[in-house]
Amino acid sequence: MLAPWCEYENAEEPVLRLGQSALDWWAARTRVERRGTLVVANPRDLPDLRRFARRTEGYSEVEQSNIAELEPELHGFTKGLHFKNEAHLDPRQALRDLHKQLVDQGVEFYRKLAPLRLENAIDCRGLHAREVLHDLRGVKGEMLVIRCPDVTLTRPVRLLHPRMPLYIVPRGGGIYMLGATMIESEDSSRITARSMLELLSAAYALNPAFGEAEVLEIGVDLRPAFPDNLPRIRRLGRTIYANGLYRHGYLLAPALAQGVADLALDNNHSEMIDEDRA
Amino acid sequence: MKSFYGIQLPNPLMLGTAQYPSPAILEQAFRDSGAGVATVSLRRESGAGQTFWQMIRDLGVLVLPNTASCHTIKEAVTTAHMAREVFDTNWIKLELIGHTDSLQPDVFQLVEAARILTEDGFQVFPYTTDDLIVGERLLAAGCEVLMPWGAPIGSGRGLNNAYALRAMRAEFPDVPLVVDAGIGLPSHAAQAMELGYDAVLLNTAVARAGDPAAMARAMLLAIEAGQLAHQADPIEARDMAEPSTPVIGKAFLS
Repeated sequence: MLAPWCEYENAEEPVLRLGQSALDWWAARTRVERRGTLVVANPRDLPDLRRFARRTEGYSEVEQSNIAELEPELHGFTKGLHFKNEAHLDPRQALRDLHKQLVDQGVEFYRKLAPLRLENAIDCRGLHAREVLHDLRGVKGEMLVIRCPDVTLTRPVRLLHPRMPLYIVPRGGGIYMLGATMIESEDSSRITARSMLELLSAAYALNPAFGEAEVLEIGVDLRPAFPDNLPRIRRLGRTIYANGLYRHGYLLAPALAQGVADLALDNNHSEMIDEDRA
Repeated sequence: MKSFYGIQLPNPLMLGTAQYPSPAILEQAFRDSGAGVATVSLRRESGAGQTFWQMIRDLGVLVLPNTASCHTIKEAVTTAHMAREVFDTNWIKLELIGHTDSLQPDVFQLVEAARILTEDGFQVFPYTTDDLIVGERLLAAGCEVLMPWGAPIGSGRGLNNAYALRAMRAEFPDVPLVVDAGIGLPSHAAQAMELGYDAVLLNTAVARAGDPAAMARAMLLAIEAGQLAHQADPIEARDMAEPSTPVIGKAFLS
């Protein structure tokens, strides 16, 4: 999801500002669906919807009739927020597209060990770089991919929930991505029954027909994050470390990559650099 | 100020560590408020050696681990043992949830779990209702602190039943009492202290505020104001006005 306005509800200002540039960046390289995001809450959680609205911008308030126009198959929601400028993409397709464009430009990919003749390196290994980046931590996230051709949603929908930012993203062909938990844990070995229940209940709350969905995939992993949950660039010797994208990989990667390029090629220091000991 | 299992708190604010936008903001909330106790929930899935737990230890304040989201005695006891290992403390905030929507404590299981944990050497801080008899049973089970709710967890409704909380204070004059849960505003926290409570425990009101660090500071100021007011012996409310200066003899014609 390319959702800087929604994410700003619980993130620092750079996420909103730098994230906005990601929409055009990705659109130039892969297919981006610009259909906005719809945020809804159950009637008992309307205080959470008001709070969400107060903490961000770039939305219009929608009532039951607007919700029915936007997503006719959402049931039982009387109020929501429509972030019309947000977009979504298929992250795996985006990676394939990016990979192909780089190969076409002559970039060589090594899937295992890189050749040792490297003089300069850019290290983007996420949590694996924590032996060097000591203030990096892992935040557990769990997600599901389901197939449910009976339900048609055309844009990402967020359901406000007291414990996690729940969202469902249409991938096309009746396939939906359902995410994502946020747990201060560094154990990525399994999904818990509790998390799975909460994710599936959310889908069920959006439309009971999701009860018939086929679970295609369970994903569990750790998001690399620094203490303020913002990404960082650090140059230590001949290695540039780019890390800490947290839950904003696709949203902030273009800005982070630009910061790395500016440093590596022109020695320009972007705001994301917090240490430079070349 | 009363001691909590022999420990004097630097101030009466106990602050939770969940739901902050980031650990950096959590740390700032502790720094700006000077809260002396950090409550932290342990999930069994977390395993040992977690960076987040090290961040909590690095706050340099007393750690009060809790058994949040446990629904059975067995879960709570297991979580308490894990907490003792991780944080090297006998303190445990005992939470046994009985109702999913209100997160109301299951006081029957609570008393039994408190007994088991006390016998095991734990110093139990039970999250309970404002029921006096349950309070008595918890003390009989070995608890030396009681933590009645102000309102359901995370609801921000303040002190739903100030009368019951006042009765509890009167019933247990020598027991350290903490209002735990339901605080939404500094005025709620001040009210708890004005009633003579010894501390206030809160999380959501700070963590989900627009500026958590500022709200944490506001909570501490309110708590200190309420505590000072209680010590200052406030006046009683009256039905009629009582002029602060005498009217008779005043030179009103001048």
